[in-house]
Amino acid sequence: MSRERVILITGTRKGIGRHLVDHYLSRGFAVFGCSRGPMQDPPAGYRHFCLDVADEAGARQMFGAIRADHGRLDVLVNNAGIASMNHILLTPLSTVRRILETNVVGTMLFCREAAKLMQGERSGRIVNFATVATPLKLEGEAIYAASKAAVVSLTEVLARELAPLGITVNAVGPTPVATDLIRSVPREKMDALLARQAIRRFGEFRDITNVIDFFIRPESDFVTGQVLYLGGV
Amino acid sequence: MGQEIDIVKILYAAIDDLNLQLPPEQQLEKSTATVLFGDGGRLDSLGLVTFIVAAEQKLTESAGISLTLADEKAMSRRNSPFRTVGTLAAYIGERLAEGENE
Repeated sequence: MSRERVILITGTRKGIGRHLVDHYLSRGFAVFGCSRGPMQDPPAGYRHFCLDVADEAGARQMFGAIRADHGRLDVLVNNAGIASMNHILLTPLSTVRRILETNVVGTMLFCREAAKLMQGERSGRIVNFATVATPLKLEGEAIYAASKAAVVSLTEVLARELAPLGITVNAVGPTPVATDLIRSVPREKMDALLARQAIRRFGEFRDITNVIDFFIRPESDFVTGQVLYLGGV
Repeated sequence: MGQEIDIVKILYAAIDDLNLQLPPEQQLEKSTATVLFGDGGRLDSLGLVTFIVAAEQKLTESAGISLTLADEKAMSRRNSPFRTVGTLAAYIGERLAEGENE
């Protein structure tokens, strides 16, 4: 069994997740990731699984593979998430269920399975993804913001439940980053949103990796249950 | 299932794992009469959670069985299946006899 740090990142096919794969490979981590589809040109040293994060059997299989390869997991980053902008009067229930399945059920399932693996070493770091849409109470994002509010609650309660096992649970709350998630949002909506931040610019990948790097460094073992919003929100 | 599975032996392996993490005075004896939780039990709630996770893991590793032990069925019973090593082994046996293997 190797002693390199092992990280699992969900939602790695594109956007922030894809960037995180490269970032942690360059930091010498063994990187596992998943998304519903296959990854184009996966980098060397990275192992990809095609699965839906809310699929219990698929998740268990993936954690079984990590256990077999490394016998442990040091870091979980629950990046997989979906959004859908719509007025509540025009929001189909199928969309609501899809968002809750991925953002809430998926995050919970991966926290649970990761903690089972981490508790063997009495150490681990879980980083979840919140959003500024929750504290900003963004109109048109009711379900997305609510699903991420659930992730915040999950983060705060799991921080307490998992603390005796040496596992910290925190969340990063990004501002909009230029990825597929916000591609369809009109420009004026985006400008109005940025105007509500203390620092009025789009987030960049490095802003997010900086926060995750902080949460997972060994010196942060006294930091748990925290949600760090970017941009001064 | 083709072969007979020694559930008690699997639970003893889980006890071995758990004992590695416990101070000597809290370690569990490998006996079906060992009380896990409740009056006379040595485990606190977190110890029980850790033991259940270890038991699930050992079932998967040694017998390829994937079971969630602490589900609604277990929790809704009048007599907790997590009382002793023996009651837990019997409970796992029952679940397997019902053909359960997620």
